[in-house]
Amino acid sequence: MAKVIKVENISKVYQLGEFGTGTISRDLERFWARMRGKEDPFLKIGETNDRSKKGDSDVVWSLKDINFEIEQGDAVGIIGRNGAGKSTLLKILSRVTSPTAGSVKVKGRIASLLEVGTGFHPELTGKENIYLNGAILGMRKAEIKRKFDEIVDFSGVERYIDTPVKRYSSGMYVRLAFAVAAHLESEILIVDEVLAVGDAEFQKKCLGKMNDESKGEGRTVLFVSHNMGSITQLCKSAILLKDGCVLNHGITDKITSQYLSLGASSQLKYVPDIEKAIEKKEIYIKEAFTSNIKGEINDSYGFYENVKVNLTIKVIKYHGDVKIGIALLDKFQSRVFTVVENLNSFYNNLNEEIKIQVEFPSAIIAPNIYSLTIATFIPTVKVFDLIENVCSFKIHDMGSSFAQFEGIDYGSIIIKSEWRNV
Amino acid sequence: MNKLTEENWDIEITSSNSLFDLKLRDVWDYRDLLFLLVRRDFVAFYKQTILGPIWFFVQPVITILMYTIVFGNLAGIPTDGIPKPLFYLAGTIIWNYFADCLTKTSTVFKDNAALMGKVYFPRFIMPLSIVLSNLVRFAVQFVLFLILMFFYWVKGAVIVPNELVLLFPLLILLIAAQGLGLGMITSAITTKYRDISFIISFGVPLLMYTTTVIYPLSEVLQKYHNYSWFIKLNPVTAVIETFRYGFLGKGSFTWGLLGVSGLITVVFLFVGTVIFNRVEKSFVDTV
Repeated sequence: MAKVIKVENISKVYQLGEFGTGTISRDLERFWARMRGKEDPFLKIGETNDRSKKGDSDVVWSLKDINFEIEQGDAVGIIGRNGAGKSTLLKILSRVTSPTAGSVKVKGRIASLLEVGTGFHPELTGKENIYLNGAILGMRKAEIKRKFDEIVDFSGVERYIDTPVKRYSSGMYVRLAFAVAAHLESEILIVDEVLAVGDAEFQKKCLGKMNDESKGEGRTVLFVSHNMGSITQLCKSAILLKDGCVLNHGITDKITSQYLSLGASSQLKYVPDIEKAIEKKEIYIKEAFTSNIKGEINDSYGFYENVKVNLTIKVIKYHGDVKIGIALLDKFQSRVFTVVENLNSFYNNLNEEIKIQVEFPSAIIAPNIYSLTIATFIPTVKVFDLIENVCSFKIHDMGSSFAQFEGIDYGSIIIKSEWRNV
Repeated sequence: MNKLTEENWDIEITSSNSLFDLKLRDVWDYRDLLFLLVRRDFVAFYKQTILGPIWFFVQPVITILMYTIVFGNLAGIPTDGIPKPLFYLAGTIIWNYFADCLTKTSTVFKDNAALMGKVYFPRFIMPLSIVLSNLVRFAVQFVLFLILMFFYWVKGAVIVPNELVLLFPLLILLIAAQGLGLGMITSAITTKYRDISFIISFGVPLLMYTTTVIYPLSEVLQKYHNYSWFIKLNPVTAVIETFRYGFLGKGSFTWGLLGVSGLITVVFLFVGTVIFNRVEKSFVDTV
């Protein structure tokens, strides 16, 4: 298969902080350096992009020496945590911004969908916007005309097509916008998590449409999402980014599990950023980890093992009726179940640390990767602390009757069912 | 992998691009977008109004009315013997075209950041669409000028158009290029430093007094002969004077004046292009 995208040593530097009076002197210095044929003095001090740490300089490498190649007809997912450089990479590939160094070579027309409805004008009608939006995305007028009926049909807003889009419901707006985008005929399509909008039925339709597109016509698709579900569904291979570097590039399943374990290994135990916690939170989670029956901190458990969740909660200010909730998330970050308990039943003195242990029963949670979301709150009134997607752990199949289905998703819980002949 | 396909890349994205290349081929490929943008500006302008496109007339009519009262009658500034409203209208429509192109182009990156930050199209399309949208507006106002000219001709005023009328397309090209060029120069700075957009917003209306909108060049030559170079150097002056001379038969026209104006225009356009090309690559990061 022919290569259609070749990324060579792409780097991108961003300046942090505000632009203001301070930046003009720096601009002049940079200009002076360039005039003498020297390197930009502010690039050298750039640091790796780690969002949670405070760096010494205010220049940051959002991407550093990215290299990869993509072949024609591939659907490639790009994954990574927030701030790993996914969006920057897409922006460079779709030519919205340029790299600081390196080059990208592309064969064929690129259409990018970093947002749906880019360039929609509220005063224009649906019909006028289809033409305008189509042209912005790179379609010719004749092409749009040819596909017009199909677009309207796909969007399902035929009745409103001569009404200004400012009168549309947000759902209709998105439908129309996506319908235009879905009918792009470029060789390469770049999509950034735009599917996060719209109702479920429409999302399915779009995923289906993108699926045929990438499989049928030899079209190359690059897809960024946090939703591992749609990445696995759509993409054959994936690229994992971390702190602006390519960590791995390979078959989707392998990469997604690496991505998930990425969080786990570094965060066996959740402890808040101290400055942040003390700031305002009146009741906050000071520590959270899971342990096995022996009390050892761990991130992998057998199917027949109990999982204990250990929490340390600090109460700065007393409130009645405070609850603590723990939700189990599956690898797609959907909730499997939630448990809630009154915090007051564990409560003794102010400023004291409350230590709680919750035990999940064994032989129910199906072998897979999970994480927790924990919150302290007063229902419908206030959320004191909310930590999402922490303490990731894995349940291993220890020879359950499902072992033969390993690798196939058979759900998140296993129940005992009774079968009889009637 | 054979060598042939390896070298056959359609697009190459790098950190810098050629400074003088406006990627006109790309622009041509996107010509439908250009016309749709012009159409959008025109249609969106009068959507949900009662008078619709008539609003294009209202502004110049009221303006020349005020000028006639204040500058013509109250201040008594002569108008080369041309009927006052006609004199002012000629200057106003040309100046407005220039000023609109300039102010809109100078904030082109800022105004369209949301769009340009999400999708690629040849960036030059945007200022080009501004120039064309304003040209539509200018055309409408030019019709008003012709009507007023006919009105005064019927009334018996001495209006003798001459062969310099034929320069009209060139004049339009000049004035558009001046607005575009100067706008592109300032656009680079406004993306990073908003200060310039403040200067533009109050400076452009003031700049009008440095050209011959409300007074004829002949008056300047007579009264402030030593400083008249300043007014002459303003490239808009030559365009307005030539326009008046061609259509109304009176004004100070020399080929030299027009030539200098043309030269300055080329410089503006050249510098503007270089700056625009530098900025368009990564303005998204700083805007």
